[in-house]
Amino acid sequence: MEYIDILLSANFWAAAIRIATPLIFGVLGALVCERAGVLNLGIEGIFVVGAMCGWMAVWLGAGLWGGVLIAALAGAFFGLLHGILTVPLGLSQHVSGLGITMFATSVSYFAYRTALPDVSSPPRIEAFQPLDIPVLSELPFIGPALFQQTPMTFLALALVLLVSYMLYRTPLGLAIRAVGDNPSAVEAQGLPVFALRIGAIMAGSALMALGGAFLTMSAFDAFFFGMINGRGWICIALVVFASWRPGKALLGALLFGAFDAFQIRLQNEVGAVIPSQVFLMIPYLLSIVALVLVARKADYPRALLQPYFRGQR
Amino acid sequence: MIRFEPRSNVSSLFSLAPPVIAGITALVLAAIPIAAAGGEVFAAYGHIFKGAFGSKFVLSELLARATPLIFTGLAVSVAFRARLWNIGAEGQLYVGALAAVAIGSGAVSAPAYIMIPLIILAGMIAGGTLMLVPTLLKTRLGADEVVTTLLLNFVVLLFVQMMLEGPMKDPMGMGWPQSEPLTRAATLPRMFARMRIHWGLVIALVSALIIYIMMKRSVWGFEIRATGENVSAAKHAGIPVTSTFIKVGLISGGLAGLAGVSEVAGLKGYLTADISPGFGYTGVVVAMLAGLSPVGVVVASIFIAAVFVGADSMSRAMGVSSYIADLVVALSLICVLVSSLFVRFKIRFARPKKTPPVVKGEA
Repeated sequence: MEYIDILLSANFWAAAIRIATPLIFGVLGALVCERAGVLNLGIEGIFVVGAMCGWMAVWLGAGLWGGVLIAALAGAFFGLLHGILTVPLGLSQHVSGLGITMFATSVSYFAYRTALPDVSSPPRIEAFQPLDIPVLSELPFIGPALFQQTPMTFLALALVLLVSYMLYRTPLGLAIRAVGDNPSAVEAQGLPVFALRIGAIMAGSALMALGGAFLTMSAFDAFFFGMINGRGWICIALVVFASWRPGKALLGALLFGAFDAFQIRLQNEVGAVIPSQVFLMIPYLLSIVALVLVARKADYPRALLQPYFRGQR
Repeated sequence: MIRFEPRSNVSSLFSLAPPVIAGITALVLAAIPIAAAGGEVFAAYGHIFKGAFGSKFVLSELLARATPLIFTGLAVSVAFRARLWNIGAEGQLYVGALAAVAIGSGAVSAPAYIMIPLIILAGMIAGGTLMLVPTLLKTRLGADEVVTTLLLNFVVLLFVQMMLEGPMKDPMGMGWPQSEPLTRAATLPRMFARMRIHWGLVIALVSALIIYIMMKRSVWGFEIRATGENVSAAKHAGIPVTSTFIKVGLISGGLAGLAGVSEVAGLKGYLTADISPGFGYTGVVVAMLAGLSPVGVVVASIFIAAVFVGADSMSRAMGVSSYIADLVVALSLICVLVSSLFVRFKIRFARPKKTPPVVKGEA
């Protein structure tokens, strides 16, 4: 019964959480944008930007938390661009998002190639190391499974609480949710619809960039072309699965991480019989299944995808 | 305070402005990264232009590069017309190519006049069938097709890799993951000796013509446009919206599949997992630059191909990374989106007027 053995190993759960971390950032980011009524398909490219900028800042000597900050700022910048295109200009959120993804990706690749014209192996940085929390990390099973993670994982978990608190317990959160449901009502309250939406997109994009930064600064210690590999799109599917709630988003990301970690271990067991590509397809198929399962009863923010023009209705 | 006023009857000449402005703006903006990378800006533009149009040879290269973009651009524009957001042309291209090599590399032997139509049909059926999945998930289950088509691209690429490393691997391929070569009868001939331009281009142009006629003159075209303008109005008018989506999905996927057939049968001769450097995604840019018109797709494909071929040659000459081409392509997508505003709206700069409080629409 090697399957049970897999599930009972602390190592497996540690890997599940590690795989989930970038998705937690990404899903939270997409959630904040969509709660304000704007779909952000720039996510895939913003992941690339976060990964590249965070890594390069550290490589140039900014320090790890400096890198995290720079990644977030770079993400917010592309969020601002998406915000200007989709909110005051009211352009197609689908096409603008794809444009942002292409733009952000090509800028990152171009900058990386310009800074490092020909390197055969990408330079490495001193990445975040797993924390050693005095008592908790030494607990049997739970210690290695939950508490030997890098600081960015704890940051992701803290952000789930923070975003959740912000959305449901603060006037700002109420305004953001309202602007994604009924912007004219928000306008009638005298609140700035455009500023709220653009602000939410910038904050969401900064979160997405952190997901990318986690990959180059915690999971790996270098930047590779094509390393994001659809993680952004997976987050867009997971947001629907999580019905736009931070708690469920965390659950969805963890579930996804567990499946992925399980699949990797399964591959080691039966890899000789089944081609590795079958396993590598699982995350994408799983995301499609997750989307299909909830699609019919999905409670989309009511003004999602709808541009708002002042005094129009 | 800026106000947008919708323009009524836009002249067709005026509607040509946004893509032209967008292309020029994107090229001009590219000066910034070129300069940042230490390149001589004017010399760089010279290299790009000469690299794209400078000789008979590069012109052939340019048209060979434009060929798959015409197919994927058409695929995206047909789908976007109906507001079916097919971002999966990349995956559909690969299954099309896979179907072509499955049939054309010895499994069936027949003369060229049978083989060529056969692999074309196979590629179109493969691409169309692949697009049928997200289309049905949309119409039956309400799953957003943007996400499903995007995710399927990754699944398909892995599937192609699996086939090329497994059952379809060329035993004579020196261990490389590639398919067996297409037979001579299943190869699209080159148009001129020693040049890469091939008859796939003619098929692409004919496809553009067919799509043009279909969209302008046929009931299908009318139904597709009506569905894209307003789904609920189309439903009320008795247009079978669901079957229109399915038709659009099949046509769009089929066209993208053709891109794959044309690449393997016209250029490469066998299939590898890196046959497309993102032709499917670039198809979105082509379609938007074209304003979703089939004739525009041909022109936009040539522009985008010129950027890629020209930037490649500039990159070799000056050492500026060839990712500059992707950057120009991305910028032209964003620019065309913005400049389309000028056609759809008159932009008025005016003092803010007191807006009456909005009462309606409280929920």
